[in-house]
Amino acid sequence: MQKTKQRLLTGNKAIAEAIRLEMERDPNVFVMGEDVGVYGGIFGATEGLFQQFGPKRVIDTPISETAFIGAAIGAAAEGMRPIVELMFVDFFGVCMDQIYNHMAKIPYMSGGRVKLPIVLMTAVGGGYSDAAQHSQTLYATFAHLPGMKVVAPSTPYDLKGMMISAIRDDNPVVFMFHKTLQGLGWMDQLDASVGHVPEEAYIVPIGKAKVVREGTDITIVGIQMTTHHALEAAKKLEQHGIQAEVIDLRSLVPLDRETILQSIKKTHRLLVVDEDYLSYGMTAEIAALAAEEGLYDLDAPVRRLAVPDVPIPYSRPLEQFVLPNADKIFHEAMKLVNE
Amino acid sequence: MTISIDHLIWMYETMYKIRYYEDKMAEAYAEGKNPVFNIGAGPVPGEMHLATGQEPAAVGICVHLKKEDTVTSPHRPHHHAIAKGVNLNRMTAEIFGKVTGLGKGKGGHMHLFDPDVKFSCGGIVGAGIPHALGAALAAKKKGTDWVAVAFIGEGAANQGAFHESLNMAALWNLPLIVVIENNQYGISVPKSASTSVPSNDIRAVAYGIKGYYVKDNDPIEMYNVSKEAVERARKGEGPSIIEIETYRYLGHFQGDPEVYRDKNEVALLREKDPIVRMRQFLMKEHGIEEQRLIELENKARQEVEAAYQFARESDYPEPEDALKDLFV
Ligand SMILES: Cc1ncc(C[n+]2csc(CCOP(=O)(O)OP(=O)(O)O)c2C)c(N)n1
Ligand SMILES: [Mg+2]
Repeated sequence: MQKTKQRLLTGNKAIAEAIRLEMERDPNVFVMGEDVGVYGGIFGATEGLFQQFGPKRVIDTPISETAFIGAAIGAAAEGMRPIVELMFVDFFGVCMDQIYNHMAKIPYMSGGRVKLPIVLMTAVGGGYSDAAQHSQTLYATFAHLPGMKVVAPSTPYDLKGMMISAIRDDNPVVFMFHKTLQGLGWMDQLDASVGHVPEEAYIVPIGKAKVVREGTDITIVGIQMTTHHALEAAKKLEQHGIQAEVIDLRSLVPLDRETILQSIKKTHRLLVVDEDYLSYGMTAEIAALAAEEGLYDLDAPVRRLAVPDVPIPYSRPLEQFVLPNADKIFHEAMKLVNE
Repeated sequence: MTISIDHLIWMYETMYKIRYYEDKMAEAYAEGKNPVFNIGAGPVPGEMHLATGQEPAAVGICVHLKKEDTVTSPHRPHHHAIAKGVNLNRMTAEIFGKVTGLGKGKGGHMHLFDPDVKFSCGGIVGAGIPHALGAALAAKKKGTDWVAVAFIGEGAANQGAFHESLNMAALWNLPLIVVIENNQYGISVPKSASTSVPSNDIRAVAYGIKGYYVKDNDPIEMYNVSKEAVERARKGEGPSIIEIETYRYLGHFQGDPEVYRDKNEVALLREKDPIVRMRQFLMKEHGIEEQRLIELENKARQEVEAAYQFARESDYPEPEDALKDLFV
């Protein structure tokens, strides 16, 4: 019988498969977090792992983030390779000292003598009325602080490949997955949350952006959901005779500056879209990059679209007003190409 | 301890109201989520944590509170809010995301704030305890006899904020009462897998404060120990912990597949329902006519119905309102 060519997985299963393969390969890899065991992670990122590896390697913790993330640091310093889940990125507040004063700084302060191969895995994103304390992405908050690699993949293929890279990396990696791209049955069903994923282990390098659509008239830079919104907007722009190039950043740290600069050399127009807050964020960083190193390639000022510096509100009309979407990207892009 | 009939009636009526409120919320939440469940759909989107079965904890202590006393509550807040006297219309409107809501639709079910009755809640586990500690500090500084009650789940008692706050409350002899609703689970994790002691009242020893344990979701026992804890706090005799064994009839949130527990568990719990027990107790032990209870139940239902109607008929905020209220 002929095998189907394309094995399709949802985002959550792609992550879980990556972790499984690495756990099979390396006995030092283990998972810790709230509801990562029998439940399989609230967003399914550890689905099936408890059943295969048992409670010694897939450990449900008490609601004690400071202690279990701190413990990941201590265990990593002993040569283990912990994957710890912070259930929602929003909960970083209760444990940020461990994350940024310790996990991110100890390798540096020790002159590189202490290695902390930790994956801090966490769920990001809104759009389903979970309100101000459960809807943020906080990409820039983590990317701003030196000492952590920060990745935010957008497809099942990249989720698996970048998770494997993250686990094998000797540095702390903050691995952000977007809830709506997990392909869970109880959220919005997006085509983008299901995709081709090879069975074997493979690596998608950390620090490489991806041109997900080629174009000549405008560059749109996005990450996770905003990449998918940008692709949708690009289809509509095409109907208006505009060819948008869309870049999926994939990694915030390290940032692939070259891919962005190459693109604006070609399109001469840049729109940056982010599901994080506008000020001091990813959009500002990329705009600064364009200003510093690509200014003479630009035919018009850079435009930015992001959450307008308010917490994510609960009520649907309010939340939809602050979050970027394909329509808003389309309109911003139209303004930009007409400048 | 003899309990005044007014208190008993208030507790029954309020438990009944809470139950009816939560049952209606489960229905409203399910609207627009059938046949395919989508957390973001329907008139009440987002996560929904209901307190069905946990009524005794809320009424057993709130019966002793006055308006000036503070209550903080976690992600499962409706029973506490109702027992503290939060405006039911505005609370419901908030949960429906309406402009008439407590927070004009900005907060939602996990973020209800009613300063008129000093009630607040939040979605970060353990975060409300220090807020109650601060209210207790303010009460003491102002020379009042006000107290502060922090409601938490048993899972939250493993959060640093719990231990830090109790140490400070004891150190400064503040009128703080932490009520721990032990519903046996923190999402999927049973208490035995998260907590190093059989019950959290034992932990009171670590801070040199009073610890109480209420078993079997018993509203009367909750009433009794709360009375003592509140009186002690008012008199400046310091903080306490109350743990009550309670039941979570529903999933952690609506839509929880509950793969981690036996389906029979809830059926057994429902057999000892505290509202049914209290009703019988009132009739048998206190000779209250069933007719009187039926009237109270009708009144409670009407109040709840009116709140849902108010919420449904209210308008949504204007989209641009999202930009308001960041700074006062
Ligand atoms: C700091 C933090 N960590 C984790 C969560 C996710 N979370 C929400 S409720 C919950 C379980 C809480 O259990 P418990 O305190 O027993 O309250 P219950 O839900 O049983 O009422 C968890 C882990 C959170 N909201 N905040
Ligand atoms: Mg609990």
